[in-house]
Amino acid sequence: MQDFSFHKPQNLAAAVDTLKKRPEAKALGGGQSLIPVMKLGLAAPSDLVSVAGLAELRGIKVDGKELVVGAGMTHAEVADSAEVKKAIPALAALAGHIGDAQVRNRGTLGGSLAHDDPAADYPAAVLALGATVVTDRRKIAADDFFRGLYQTALGADEIVTSVRFPIPEKAAYAKFAHPASKFALVGVMVAKGPAGVRVAVTGAGPGVFRQADMERALGGRWAADALAGVAVKAEGLNADPYGSAEYRAHLIGVMARRAVAAAG
Amino acid sequence: MAQGGIGSSVKRKEDARFLTGRGTYVDDIVRPGQTHAVFVRSPHAHAKIKAVKTAEALKAPGVVAVLTGADLAADKVGNLPAGWLIHSKDGTPMVEPGHMALVADKVRHVGDQVAVVVAETKDQAREAAALVEVDYEPLPAMVGLAQAIAPGAALVHDQAKANTCYDWHLGDKAATDAAFAKAHKVVTLDLVNNRLIPNAIEPRAAIGEFDRVTGDLTLYTTSQNPHLIRLLLSAFTMGVPEHKLRVVAPDVGGGFGSKIFHYAEEFVTLWAARRIGRPVKWTATRSEAFMSDAHGRDHVTHCELALDKEGRFLGLRERTLANMGAYLSQFAPSVPTYLHATLLAGCYTTPAIYSEVRAVFTNTVPVDAYRGAGRPEATYLIERLVDVAAREMGMDRVDIRRKNLIPKDKFPYQTPVALQYDSGDYQATLDAALKKADWAGFEKRRAEAKARGKLRGIGISTYVEACGIAPSAVVGALGGRVGLWESAHVRVHPTGSITIFTGAHSHGQSHETTFAQLAAEKLGVSTDQVEVVHGDTAKSAFAMGTYGSRSLAVGGTAIVNAIDKIIAKGKKIAAHLLEASEGDVDFKDGKFTVRGTDRAKAFGEVVLAAYIPHKYPANLEPGLEESAVYDPKNFTFPAGCHICEVEIDPDTGVTQVIAFTAVDDVGTVINPMVVEGQVHGGVAQGIGQALLEGAQYDDQGQLLSGSFLGYTMPRAGDLPSYQVGTEVTACTHNPLGVKGVGEVGAIGSPPAVIGAVCDAIGVRHIEMPATPERVWRAIRDAKKA
Ligand SMILES: Cc1cc2nc3c(=O)[nH]c(=O)nc-3n(C[C@H](O)[C@H](O)[C@H](O)COP(=O)(O)OP(=O)(O)OC[C@H]3O[C@@H](n4cnc5c(N)ncnc54)[C@H](O)[C@@H]3O)c2cc1C
Repeated sequence: MQDFSFHKPQNLAAAVDTLKKRPEAKALGGGQSLIPVMKLGLAAPSDLVSVAGLAELRGIKVDGKELVVGAGMTHAEVADSAEVKKAIPALAALAGHIGDAQVRNRGTLGGSLAHDDPAADYPAAVLALGATVVTDRRKIAADDFFRGLYQTALGADEIVTSVRFPIPEKAAYAKFAHPASKFALVGVMVAKGPAGVRVAVTGAGPGVFRQADMERALGGRWAADALAGVAVKAEGLNADPYGSAEYRAHLIGVMARRAVAAAG
Repeated sequence: MAQGGIGSSVKRKEDARFLTGRGTYVDDIVRPGQTHAVFVRSPHAHAKIKAVKTAEALKAPGVVAVLTGADLAADKVGNLPAGWLIHSKDGTPMVEPGHMALVADKVRHVGDQVAVVVAETKDQAREAAALVEVDYEPLPAMVGLAQAIAPGAALVHDQAKANTCYDWHLGDKAATDAAFAKAHKVVTLDLVNNRLIPNAIEPRAAIGEFDRVTGDLTLYTTSQNPHLIRLLLSAFTMGVPEHKLRVVAPDVGGGFGSKIFHYAEEFVTLWAARRIGRPVKWTATRSEAFMSDAHGRDHVTHCELALDKEGRFLGLRERTLANMGAYLSQFAPSVPTYLHATLLAGCYTTPAIYSEVRAVFTNTVPVDAYRGAGRPEATYLIERLVDVAAREMGMDRVDIRRKNLIPKDKFPYQTPVALQYDSGDYQATLDAALKKADWAGFEKRRAEAKARGKLRGIGISTYVEACGIAPSAVVGALGGRVGLWESAHVRVHPTGSITIFTGAHSHGQSHETTFAQLAAEKLGVSTDQVEVVHGDTAKSAFAMGTYGSRSLAVGGTAIVNAIDKIIAKGKKIAAHLLEASEGDVDFKDGKFTVRGTDRAKAFGEVVLAAYIPHKYPANLEPGLEESAVYDPKNFTFPAGCHICEVEIDPDTGVTQVIAFTAVDDVGTVINPMVVEGQVHGGVAQGIGQALLEGAQYDDQGQLLSGSFLGYTMPRAGDLPSYQVGTEVTACTHNPLGVKGVGEVGAIGSPPAVIGAVCDAIGVRHIEMPATPERVWRAIRDAKKA
């Protein structure tokens, strides 16, 4: 890893300021993705600006029909939160199955979304629930946020402050963990709520995506067997020694059915 | 039984320092003036080296030296030897291409070492290593075995035609063919024994040190056998006399075979230290470990079993392609031959066996011994054949085994493939395992699982292995270039505490505890009074180290023999003190007694007399310490039965191991807790091989499974709670009656797991690792058929 300067700003404005002034600087959340990438020499930022502890990024609350989760909240905090468990139990369950205990104690919601690993879990929740990503300067709808393979709508000096999740009527996440990495080989989040019926798939493709034909089928009838006729195409899906595109396509069907059944 | 003696589960003496983070591993050692080495490794699987440009790296901050293959050649050092010579069928010796510690001509696998950068700090060395510019001319990569032996294949080594190292055979071909000719049924199977990456928790590390004044060289290294490394450094790579060379292997965090071998990096640190006159340290990153620690297994096999009408085995034959990787690692040639084909009788009375093994060079990491080394491959092959035979004969899997097991009254048993088993009771381990696993009640559990939508299956393996390696004369006759005896020195201190010096090395085996128990048992002292010293050529006498489950059977025997000499001398002293004749003195429970009297001297009193010889036999030397060397008379033959139960999710193909029973006969058990722990670890690796692990290369020879993101090590959640038991038949040719337990878990378990998967989904065979996708496909294909 190359040497870098470390900054611990007092507030959001100072953090944004540092990022703006130093073009090679990067925000640091829990470091659970960025530090490994730096260790492998795939990123070499000049400065790291620690944002996870900023007051503006902390907290979990219900605001009207939305659950608002601070971008600096760790996976463990989200998993254990009574508010989250009550409002969107599927989200708490999802967070509770990210990585291992060490990762959950440090990794944050904002970091996970900004990193946008194609096999990460949170993006499926954000997309399926039709959430809004709030940054230091604007609000971005989930459908506009993810741009495929580690790409998002965020600017280089933009900081995610919170995510607003519309509270759904029903939702569930089913994850098929990669045997080695335990990231999602395929993860499917299904939700029925203010944003309609939405099905988001992570792990299977170059980035999180919605499965429109499944949404149509479930929109007609919300039941696992309503998905029986939906054939998922393998074309364009990922392949590695643990899962061919064909197997991933099959798993999308299985995980979607399981998620619908779990959502009730 | 002495307190803490043989048979008691004494808590591990080594755990206090390991569990409190106070072990001393090579990377913990800091030498004055120490520098740091980082290797420049090949990104190509196969390429000519046109130029190595070091000028930029030399200019980088903190750089002390940049050394290449050309520097090695100039110093005429650094050729890593192979330790075993195999002859082909036609009598020609194997092709031995040599292996330079830094390659100058061409690279032969991704990760091959081209240069080393030595700098003041590790970061400086790493940054400078990125500045070493190597011009490569890529050549076609020979990755798979079939590809490497195909006509016109590019050659990994020019002298190895068709990339073949040797084409060897064992057994009576004519007799075996005759057995097949008269068979009622012939069962055939093609299978792959998947390539594994050992992944000891501690990566390899080394520190080389040179004393300019005395000329002494010291190497701290992560080794299972420091004396062997010193021997190879002296006789081959460094060429300096052994009395000027000290090798220290301190606490070592696991080896599983991968730390037996003399590696390029440890030699390079020592050589570089001599060149620059300062200590040089290197610690592998995990990524380096994946691409430079010797891998294990990697066989592609066609095998056949001939049976009569009743299901008795008449003959077995096999043809195996064994991957050697890019170079011959020290034990590599012996693994698929004398550690594999000689085990093909398994625990059965098969009268005729013929094995052909062709060893092949490829552009992959060298392959060598890994927990079990050859015997897991043999066991898997036999047990898979037996299961398929049962299926195709319409026989029960237990019945067919029972019918063919070597009966317990037939020992010693001579197999048709060279080995003579000294003792065993294979029915006893089978019966005990069947009972422990409730084999009889399985169908109920299957039905209950089915009601939950799960496919439940049960699998069994009965195995024997050969360890406690090995009689030196036999090793020599089979092409081994070393003897495989072991040394011990037992020093009784004046006030009665004891230091045992052993040539065996403990890197997870608990020797500090179990070897102390031997002294406790024999001398009636507490284990707290006994210290076991190992891992330093300056302390212990020359010996061969730890692998092949030999530490107790060979090294422990040497210790016991040395203790017997202590007792014999003690009797002389006691006889003098007690004014009795030596023949009338007995030693028991820590006391010397005169037979038929109540006269006695405690062990401590006799020890004190040996050091303060005021009243002492005239012609006896004072002091009390003895050495012994033990060369075993035969291999030892642990055996047993493993039973696995799995449940499979038919929608996803995910296999969960629900139960695992292992009943092993490892001979006399010194410490039941340690034995259980060894079985647990071995079975975890066996389940890993069967369901999870497998090195993957792409067509270009890039290691796809080069990190834990892509290589599945078994985790706690992948493993069940084991049911472990032992049955004991004593080894007949060592005084303790011990056999060895280090490898049985990894040898016996994979076929039981695969048998269970096949049983659950109703297929004939499935390849390892039985990943969810493989299992899902097998279920789908079975439905289609
Ligand atoms: C062993 C292991 C297992 C894992 N398993 C899983 C898994 O199963 N599922 C899963 O989804 N993930 C998994 N992860 C990834 C983990 O969830 C990470 O925590 C997450 O991806 C990144 O969050 P972080 O806070 O650590 O971000 P960091 O690593 O600190 O940063 C990641 C990226 O986000 C940027 N960033 C951080 N915070 C912000 C912010 N507030 N605004 C804008 N940009 C920001 C950084 O600049 C960087 O580019 C695993 C990680 C490890 C190490």
